[in-house]
Amino acid sequence: MTTGPMTTRALWRPVALLAGLVLLTSACGGTTKSDVRQQQSSAPAGAASSAAANPDAPLKRGLKIAFLPKQVNNPYFTIADQGGVAAAKEFGGTGKEVGPSDASASSQVSYINTLIQQKQDAIVISANDPDAVVPALKQARAAGIKVVSYDSDTAPEGRDVFVNQAGAEDLGRTEVQLLAKQLGNKGKIAILSATPNATNQNTWIEFMKDELKKPEYKDMELVKVAYGNDDDQKSFTETQGLLRSYPDLAGIISPTTVGIAAAARYLSDSPYKGKVKLTGLGTPNQLRKFVKDGTIEAFELWNPADLGYLASYAAAALASGQITGGEGETFKAGRLGDYTVGAKGEVLLGKPTVFDTSNIDDFDF
Amino acid sequence: MTAEALRRWETLIVVLLAGVAVWASLGVDGFANASNVSFLLLDTTEIALMALTMTLVVVAAEIDLSVASTLGLSCAVLGRLWDAGLPIEAIMPICLLVGAACGAVNGLLVTRLGLPSLAVTIGTFALFRGLAYVLLGSQAVADLPPAYTGLATSSIGPVPLATVLVAVLAVVAGLVLHATGLGRSIVALGSNAEAAWFSGVRVRRIKLWLFVASGVMASLASLVYTFRYASARADNGMGLELAVVAAVLLGGVSIFGGKGTLPGVLVAVLLLGVVRNALILADVANEVLNFVTGLLLVASVLAPNVGAVRRRRTPSPVEGKSVS
Repeated sequence: MTTGPMTTRALWRPVALLAGLVLLTSACGGTTKSDVRQQQSSAPAGAASSAAANPDAPLKRGLKIAFLPKQVNNPYFTIADQGGVAAAKEFGGTGKEVGPSDASASSQVSYINTLIQQKQDAIVISANDPDAVVPALKQARAAGIKVVSYDSDTAPEGRDVFVNQAGAEDLGRTEVQLLAKQLGNKGKIAILSATPNATNQNTWIEFMKDELKKPEYKDMELVKVAYGNDDDQKSFTETQGLLRSYPDLAGIISPTTVGIAAAARYLSDSPYKGKVKLTGLGTPNQLRKFVKDGTIEAFELWNPADLGYLASYAAAALASGQITGGEGETFKAGRLGDYTVGAKGEVLLGKPTVFDTSNIDDFDF
Repeated sequence: MTAEALRRWETLIVVLLAGVAVWASLGVDGFANASNVSFLLLDTTEIALMALTMTLVVVAAEIDLSVASTLGLSCAVLGRLWDAGLPIEAIMPICLLVGAACGAVNGLLVTRLGLPSLAVTIGTFALFRGLAYVLLGSQAVADLPPAYTGLATSSIGPVPLATVLVAVLAVVAGLVLHATGLGRSIVALGSNAEAAWFSGVRVRRIKLWLFVASGVMASLASLVYTFRYASARADNGMGLELAVVAAVLLGGVSIFGGKGTLPGVLVAVLLLGVVRNALILADVANEVLNFVTGLLLVASVLAPNVGAVRRRRTPSPVEGKSVS
C-alpha cells in the first residue's frame, strides 16, 4: 500500500523523459515516409539483369530446385509442389518442398537462408509477406540462386520471374462463360464477392461486366453485386438476401472460395437448389458434395499441380540461362507448351480448370 | 546443494550445445561457415532480447506471455505512425513507450489486484495482439528507411550488429540479476514473496518494474524485427512467446521462481537456435522440428524439477519443514 503513489510517480519520470525526447526529435526533423519516397524516386530504377538470355540454351541437368510454400501440409501447396517436383524429374533435376508449418509473415526467411547454404540452383516461393522475404531473397540472388515466385508474388526486386496463376482477364471472362452455358445465355444474375475493396475480385468483376457486354449475352442481366466480406456467415445471409430481393434470379457467380461455399450451403438446403445456378472460384474438396448433390454444376480454379509444374520449368529455364526474366523471352514448359515472359517478369499460367462431376474426383485439394 | 544442481544443469546444456554444434559442423553441409553462423545469431535476436527480461520475470515467480503480442502491437504502432508521416526517430521512442505501457498494464494488474500473471498475460496476449490488428489490419507497412533496415541486418565481421545489442543488454541484465542488491531481492521474492516482503524487499514495486522492463524489451525487439524484415505488420512475431519461455526454462530457470542464471538462458537461446538451424539445413521435416523443440522444452521443465517433484510427492516427515 505504502509503495503505491511512489510507484506511480516513479513510473512517470522516464515516461516524461521519453516524451521529451520524442518532441525533440520531431522538432529537429528526421527520416519520414516522404523522405524515403524521395530517395527512392531519385534512385536509379531497378537494375535489369545484365546477362543476355539465350533461348537455345539446353536445360541443365541435375538442377536443385527448392519449393518454399506459404506453409507445408497445406493440401493446395502439397499438390502444387508435387507438380513442381514431377517437372524437375522430367528435366533431370531434383525438387524438394521445405517450409514452415505456420503461415506467419517472416518464418520463411530462415528457410531461405538455409537454401542459400545448401547452394540450391533455384528457389520457388509463395511469399507470406511480399516484403519481409525480400532482403533474404536478394542475398540468395546475389549468391547466384534464381528465384521464382508462384501463387503469391514477392516485391519485384526479390525474384526473377512470377508465375501468376490467375490471369485476371481469363478468370473474369471464363466465369461468365461458365454460367452462361448453364443458363442458356439468359436470365438475371448476381455476383457474390468478397469485400467491396478486394483488389483481385474487383478486377475480375470488371472483366465479367465487360464480357457481359458481348451480344451473345444480351439476354443476361447483372442485377446486383453483393459483398459477403469473405465471411462465411455474412456470405450466407447475403445469398439469402439476393434470392429474397430477386426471386427470379437465375444464377450467381461467386469469385471467392468463402463466398461460393456459403452460397452453396444456402442453396443446397433451399427450394432453389439446382434451379439457381451457382458458379465461381472454389476448391474441389470444399465443393465436392455440392457438385455431387446437384447444387453446383461446374466451377473453376487454376490447377495447382500445373502451377507448380510451370514454376519448376521457369526456374530451370532461368538457371539454364534460357530466360533472365525480361519481357518477351520464351521458354518451353514440358507438357504445358510454350510460355512467354510478360511485363514485370510475369508468366501467366493460362485458363483455369473447370471442375464438374466428370473430373472432380481426380483432384484432392 | 541446489546451487550445485543448478550448476550441473547449466553445464549439461553447455555440453549439449557443444555436442550439437560439433555434430552439425561435421554432419550438416552448410552449417559451419561464417554466413550461416551470422544468420543463426541474427535469427535469435528477438528471442534473446525478450528472454533477458523474461528470465528476471520468471525468477521473480511470475511470467509474461504477452511479450510477442506487445512486439506485434509495437510494430503496428510503428507502421501506423510511419504511414501518418512521423519521422522514424520520433516513432522509435514512442514504440518503447507503448511497450512500457503494455508492461505497466500487466504489472499493475498483477501487483495491484493480486491476479496471477499467467492469467493476466494470457488476457493481454489476446488484447495487445487484437489492438495491433485494430491499428493496422492485415496491412503491411514496408517502405521503411533503408538506413535503418540496413542497420538491422548489417554485421561487424560475422557478428550481426543486433547480436552486439543483445550482448550489451545481456551484460546489463546479468549484472542486475547476479551482482546487485536488486538482483538478490528478485531471487528472494521469487523464492518466497512473503518472507522477502517481511525482510524489507519492495515486492510489488520490483514486480511492477520487471513487467515494465519486459514490455520495453519486447518493443525494442519489435524495432529490430521490423527493420530486419523491413515489414511492420500486426502479426509480427506471432508465437515468439513460446520460444522465449522455452529458452528461459531450458536455460535452467525454475518455473516456480527463485532460481535461474542469465548465462544459462543465453546458452539455451543459442542451443534452440542451433538445433533449429541444423535440422532445417539437414532437410528434416517441419513436424519433426516442432517435435524436437517440444521435447527439449518438456525435458527442460522436467529435469531441473525432478528433485522438487519427488520431494513434493513424498510428504515431508517433519510437518512444516519447507523445502523452498
